Amino acid sequence: MKYKTNLRKLTASIAFGAAMLFSSQAMADGHGINLEGKTIEWIIPFSETGGSAKWANFYAPLLSEALPGEPTVVVKFMPGAGSTKGANWFQEQSYDDSNGTLIFGSSGSTQFPYLLGDPRVRYEYNDWNVVLASGTGGVAYLPPDQAAKLDGPDASNLRDTDFIYGSQGATRLDLVPLLAWEMLGLNVEPVFGIKGRGDGRLMFERGEANIDYQTSSSYLKGVVPLVEEGSAVPMMSWGALDADGGIVRDPTFPDMPTFKEVCSATPGCETSGPQWDAWKAFFIAGFPAQKMVFLPAGASKDAIATYTKAFDAIKARGDFAEISAGRLGVYPQMTGQEATAALQLATNVPQSAKDFVTNWLQERYGVSLN
Amino acid sequence: MEIFAVALPALSDAASLIFQPVVLAHLVLGVLMGLCIGVFPGLGGIAGLSLLLPFMFGMDPALGLALMIGMVAVVPTSDTFASVLMGIPGSSASQATVLDGFPLAKKGEAARALSAAFSSSLFGGLVGAAFLTVFILVARPVVLEFRTPELLMITLFGLSMVGILAGRVAIKGLVAAGLGMLIGTIGEGDSAGELRMATYDIPYLVDGFKLVIVGLGIFAIPEIIALLRADRAIADRSPLGGGWLKGVRDWFANLWLSVRCSIIGVIVGVIPGLGGSVVDWIAYGHSVQTSRDKSNFGSGEIRGVIGPESSNNAKEGGGLVPTLLFGIPGSGSMAIFIGAIALLGAGNIEVGPSMLKNNLDITYAIVWLLALANVVGTLICIAASGAIARLTTIPFVLLAPFLLMIISFAAFQSGQSLMDLVALFGIGFLGIMMRRFDWSRPAFLIGFVLSNPAETYANQAVQIAQSRFRKSFEDGIDYIFSPIVIVLIVLTVVSVIIGLRQAKQIMAEGAVKGGQKPAATIFTLAIFSYLILAYVNASLIPDYAAADRIFPCFVAGVSIVGCAILLVQMIRRPMTDAIFADREAVGNDGSVQGLWSTLCWFAALLILTAAIGFILALAVFLILFLRYRAGRSWSFAGIYTLAGIGFMSLLARLLNRDFPPGLLQEFVNLPWPLG
Repeated sequence: MKYKTNLRKLTASIAFGAAMLFSSQAMADGHGINLEGKTIEWIIPFSETGGSAKWANFYAPLLSEALPGEPTVVVKFMPGAGSTKGANWFQEQSYDDSNGTLIFGSSGSTQFPYLLGDPRVRYEYNDWNVVLASGTGGVAYLPPDQAAKLDGPDASNLRDTDFIYGSQGATRLDLVPLLAWEMLGLNVEPVFGIKGRGDGRLMFERGEANIDYQTSSSYLKGVVPLVEEGSAVPMMSWGALDADGGIVRDPTFPDMPTFKEVCSATPGCETSGPQWDAWKAFFIAGFPAQKMVFLPAGASKDAIATYTKAFDAIKARGDFAEISAGRLGVYPQMTGQEATAALQLATNVPQSAKDFVTNWLQERYGVSLN
Repeated sequence: MEIFAVALPALSDAASLIFQPVVLAHLVLGVLMGLCIGVFPGLGGIAGLSLLLPFMFGMDPALGLALMIGMVAVVPTSDTFASVLMGIPGSSASQATVLDGFPLAKKGEAARALSAAFSSSLFGGLVGAAFLTVFILVARPVVLEFRTPELLMITLFGLSMVGILAGRVAIKGLVAAGLGMLIGTIGEGDSAGELRMATYDIPYLVDGFKLVIVGLGIFAIPEIIALLRADRAIADRSPLGGGWLKGVRDWFANLWLSVRCSIIGVIVGVIPGLGGSVVDWIAYGHSVQTSRDKSNFGSGEIRGVIGPESSNNAKEGGGLVPTLLFGIPGSGSMAIFIGAIALLGAGNIEVGPSMLKNNLDITYAIVWLLALANVVGTLICIAASGAIARLTTIPFVLLAPFLLMIISFAAFQSGQSLMDLVALFGIGFLGIMMRRFDWSRPAFLIGFVLSNPAETYANQAVQIAQSRFRKSFEDGIDYIFSPIVIVLIVLTVVSVIIGLRQAKQIMAEGAVKGGQKPAATIFTLAIFSYLILAYVNASLIPDYAAADRIFPCFVAGVSIVGCAILLVQMIRRPMTDAIFADREAVGNDGSVQGLWSTLCWFAALLILTAAIGFILALAVFLILFLRYRAGRSWSFAGIYTLAGIGFMSLLARLLNRDFPPGLLQEFVNLPWPLG
């Protein structure tokens, strides 16, 4: 018995020593914090039922495996005021209180009020430290009888139709499709008050709405079956960003024209000028870096490096492409420099674009943001 | 026939998927967890599934589904405990069960009410599953027939149940429902984002009140206070003859009612967008309307338990249709369910239009796991009901602090701030007053629950109809007056007429004698002033956001007229009239303790929480309450408090929640759960 106990002590001390060695090495390199035995709280400023919840629930178990010391990662929901409540709360958290055990997941709905100067916003993206940026895209689609009027990418024949669109609100992500359709000269009347984009698709399926858009993963799941049975036809994707910041075809939908192509083929729609710049700015803010993970203000370099490494490790998993395709779509999951660049693009909209959109919301929908 | 050729192989695949010992074991485990969570009022499928979510990643699909469905399926079964035993609606699905279940418990027939409820739940669950097996193959086109006008009409049909629950003075019921709807409109409008009775300075109001808080406040708080003041156990007599076997026999004697209500449950459940909020009211209304002897409803009629309980489990089955076939969740818990399915196995099960084509076997496995879970859950509940029913014989003064603790915790789930507790207390006070002056609380709750769907669907239907009329007149008429809409209009009109005629016989909350004139008049005046305020507030919304103005203005306008008539009647009628009903008038309530002294205890908890945070406040409250109000020894109070705090912390840890901090926590860093 005694021998066994000693042996156990010995092996334990060897293991401990080795761990110390490794961790001190890691410290010396400035490459990490040890999170063993800790619980990471991942704040999602929405309810358990939204797209951000799905995204966080997908990453949480993977993150737990990839972080040093395999800490428990729990997703904590803090819904309220369209995510501004949770974001305001996160703004007040200092890194020293949490020491790397607190992260925050933002979404397009957190970005838009920030950009539009919503009076409820008390947070500042520039204070936070981004460690992951997940992109997505979007597709607009039509019923077959309307799609038949399209002349190649030219949408001008759709101008005499009264379109109905189920919308979550003009100041949300729906701003991007609404502005795009208006630029094409389409007469789209948004019906507000739906609770999620899924309800918008249902409205389309019931024949009440005759134009709709979905983000990529919802399009793949919910609309592709409709396209296959012939009750929906894709009109255009919003596109994707290339390295130079230009809009190119969405890699998930290479056969679909982008809005840019449709716009340039449609007389009266300009792919330059203030309207186009505003649309592009808000598209960039809303889609190519839609969901981001942040460490609070004042996070140490070590902590940022640790999380960046962990997300890199997740991306490097052999099965990552397979398990992520169904849930996130085939979009860049950016870390490090890439993520920082994406954050810059998403949160630095030129003042002229902001002014244009604020003005447009006021004139078109009577929405005043002050 | 072609349908069966597709369905039969899938059915046998599903059977081989389910009937493995390990799958069944997971199902039972899920059922047990679901029962434990459902027992607590305010905690339901969302809390339960959130608990399971971390384990779902990469889990074998059959096992994961068994675990989750076991949990979801039994929540509407076990939440009956709270509804019947405490008079607290366990979830939105068992609001109506309270009306007759709780009076039965007070009569000492809790076990009978429970087992009748469980038998009905089981039957409803099975009818739901059987119906779905066939229906799921043809459901898509049927569901697509329910467009916005149809949804609006179903909502109005649900609202028409106010008629039957209005109480003795119909106008009071109408105003109560109107008030409920107005409370439901508080916050950001859905259409244009204008604020109603809220300001950005109080962000809590911008989001509006949550059903959990309003339900607990309007039903639970007044009952807790009333029982506490009466200073006795819930059952005022020892259990007599009301054994669980009697409940099963009661159910069997009302088999046809159970069948009809189950079918109502499935059909309403299938329609996406409404979820469970109306189905139990419609079933309750149906039970009343089809009963020959209506005199017992509201004071302990077993049919009033059987109806809603048959419908609410059947609804879970129906609710799977939009969830699985359209990928559109019918409720919060279904939304998490969809997310969790994506985590299972290799992630190749995709809920939505492709489900029937690619995963018919999984679809059937889900339907039949649901049925099995219902059977297992019901058997456990019936077996336990006799013992659990004894809770009603415990002196309430010992039960009350525990209930209050649970209710506060449930309230925190919605906004996770102190404001939740303030709102609970405020709405609880309104509930106490409504109970005192015999204003229909069920009518208020129906109004609140259906306020948002009524407004949204009305706005959308009008907007879409306008667009159709612009196209052509016939197009518009076709859209508004579809055959389904016409049938629903007829049903609604009939229901209102029958309801108003019968309402006088149904004392949903027992008979209350007339009392003092000034008190009842003051309360009516207070409501009147709120209605005026809400009207003025809504009418200030500018024209471009008219969609957010019309509904509150309309509801407030109708309610103001109703309230004005009421006030005129109050001036003209003698003091003994039913219009002046007041429970505080001597001899009505059997209260031993004063109202205000009891309320002070709760106010103290609230103020303490604001000062030193919830857990510390709770500890102080529990110990003092048990020592001074309940008159127990210090050591008893100490042990009770420790157990209570321990339990609270465990629950919070499991669900991963923090408690609201107070002023103290601003200055001092305290360890969890204190800080």
